[in-house]
Amino acid sequence: MLGVLSALMNDGAFDFSAYPHRHLLGIEGLSPVAISLLLDRADSFVELNRRHDNKLATLSGRTVMNLFFEDSTRTRTSFELAGKRLSADVINMSVSTSSIKKGETVVDTAMTLNAMHPDVLVVRHNDAGAVKLLAEKVNCAVINAGDGRHEHPTQALLDALTIRRRKGKIQGLQVAICGDILHSRVARSNIHLLNAMGARVRVIAPKTLIPAGIERLGVEVFHEMGAGLKDCDIVMMLRLQTERMKGNFFPSVREYFHFFGLDYAKLENAKPDALIMHPGPMNRGVEIASDVADDIGRSAIREQVEMGVAVRMACLEVLCANLSAEGSSQ
Amino acid sequence: MNIKLDQPLERTAFVNARLLDPATGLDAMGGVLTDGETIADFGAGLFENSVPEDAKVIDCKGACLAPGLIDMRITMSGSDLETIGSSAVAGGVTSAVCLPNTNPVIDDGSVVEFVARAARKAGLVKIYPYGAITKGLEGVEISEMGLLAKSGAVAFSDGNNAIGNAQTMRQALLYAATFGLMIIEHPEDPSLAEGGTMNEGETATRLGLPGISKLAEILIIERDLRLAQDTGGRIHFAHISTAESVAAIRAAKIAGMSVTCDTAPPYFALNEGAIGDYRTFAKLSPPLRSEDDRGAIIEGIKDGTIDAIASDHTPRHEDEKRLPFAQAAPGGVGMETLLAITLELVHNGHIGLIDALAMITSGPADLLGLSGGRLKKGAPADLVLFDVEQGWKVDADELRSKAKNTPFDERPVQGRILRTVIDARTVFKLDA
Repeated sequence: MLGVLSALMNDGAFDFSAYPHRHLLGIEGLSPVAISLLLDRADSFVELNRRHDNKLATLSGRTVMNLFFEDSTRTRTSFELAGKRLSADVINMSVSTSSIKKGETVVDTAMTLNAMHPDVLVVRHNDAGAVKLLAEKVNCAVINAGDGRHEHPTQALLDALTIRRRKGKIQGLQVAICGDILHSRVARSNIHLLNAMGARVRVIAPKTLIPAGIERLGVEVFHEMGAGLKDCDIVMMLRLQTERMKGNFFPSVREYFHFFGLDYAKLENAKPDALIMHPGPMNRGVEIASDVADDIGRSAIREQVEMGVAVRMACLEVLCANLSAEGSSQ
Repeated sequence: MNIKLDQPLERTAFVNARLLDPATGLDAMGGVLTDGETIADFGAGLFENSVPEDAKVIDCKGACLAPGLIDMRITMSGSDLETIGSSAVAGGVTSAVCLPNTNPVIDDGSVVEFVARAARKAGLVKIYPYGAITKGLEGVEISEMGLLAKSGAVAFSDGNNAIGNAQTMRQALLYAATFGLMIIEHPEDPSLAEGGTMNEGETATRLGLPGISKLAEILIIERDLRLAQDTGGRIHFAHISTAESVAAIRAAKIAGMSVTCDTAPPYFALNEGAIGDYRTFAKLSPPLRSEDDRGAIIEGIKDGTIDAIASDHTPRHEDEKRLPFAQAAPGGVGMETLLAITLELVHNGHIGLIDALAMITSGPADLLGLSGGRLKKGAPADLVLFDVEQGWKVDADELRSKAKNTPFDERPVQGRILRTVIDARTVFKLDA
């Protein structure tokens, strides 16, 4: 069966050297060429994923370890599926908070796992910079599956792929990212990616949820949904991360939804064909009204999940190809 | 090189030195004669004609000879006296004042005496303790400041804890004023700083790190200035780091208040950019600030708003730093780079050599009423000999300190300690 799909294997159409990095730790610093390579390659996997016989042998013999220091179902499952579609051996490790409390540090964990010779470590951690710290201590490739409020690069890539497939381009689009910008790694990765690819980015939130100096990252800041959504092509809603909140960021869910929740009335301000996105999991009635979220014509939320697998396949494939190239050059 | 306490003390003549005494402004070629543990004579042109026959001669070869450095803030916990001592003397520091955040906390007279006695026994640097403002550094009940001072506490501090409660600070200032004692504040509002890891702003946002607003510092300074004015208490602000802090203290001084402050080398030599990609050695308290703040701190040093420079020496074990940035402990070692980084102010043309030395000798000595920090006949012969021009590169691995957490690793600097002398004994000599 695998042979049937050989047409989908890299036949030289993709130049993996356009992604000249060992790891994928963040979007900041990636070139548009590198981003495009990942998006193009991911795009080529989308059709495959919709078939029944959707397995490729590309990563046969490779080991991918999912190492999650923070709870996750969606991202971890998506990476697991991506690895399996490419025939990698995928192992899931959840490092419970209790074993961190026992005193094992990120570096200890990294050393332990490194001794098992994985090819790719997919890591999520609740501290910004922790994935980079771990990457410095291992010999394999590392993918950042989210570090604190810093970056979540595969989420930004899957969002970009969703946008590109729906709109045919990213360049020149007006994108509004709405909600809890302060605590959001998704927002930061998206800001870097969308700017690199030539979109114009706005952020909309109450002042308590806007981090200091965000405009220096290349965004326009709005505190009112009507003005912020005006003529937008893409409306990206963020989850309110109440678990990261300590202090008075907003007075109540009712008030938050009234001013910053996405409903049809506020959506009126965006372009008629504006696409609605959300990285999930959604708080219905908090940042987004149910009917808007479920609007098949306008919401791309389920498509984002689908693109997630394709994007993660591309990332795993490219990083492993670079590992092979590195191995053969030594 | 280790000190030999039993080495016989010969009369020693330091000849051919560029003699520097910030307290009097003396800057001339001359020499120092020690007898026993004290300075017998010093001055321009001393030994020009002859050296006493019985004196051992040390030829300074034109290098700078100055009073040993007074470091007005170091942390002892996390290290031992011997390590602290060898690090100090390698940095030319002959007297250091330690924060009360030791274990046990210096909130009791017996601990003051213990620290002083232990330091004397180790025989390297002279250690003076601060007493705690509040018992257990908990910010609630004021400590026995009168008795602590009697035992030898030179001033009062709660270490790297600010006094968050205004009423507690008011009472502490009032009570301390009864005995004419100085309160040293770590100016950082606890509620504004809570959860923060670095300076709030673009860099923190980019790195996804929770920020500490500059307001945390300025709010406490403005509050304490009001309280000091109202109570007549004596307030000193430790390691100020923001432009607004300099401005507020400058204005208070102009208005005639008796307020003083110090800063530490990171705040005039580095900015938040040093954190780069999550370098935990650059995680300090207060956090490194913006380039504008750095410039303002230099201005504060130039115009006398800032009275002293302290190293903020804070040894941290590798395990406390090899962590994700948010979890890493703040602080850096600093005694061995105190002189060289301070001399950057001279080499960059901001202040003169005598003024720079005053910030780390007579300045802090005057603030705390210490006898050192100046050349004086009959005073203990605590001296530092250094080459003001000699270049070297800070190398964390080469530090005497067991803890290697310097924020200045790999920095090229100018100004090298050649010899450190305490009570007329050479306790450090640079390997040729």
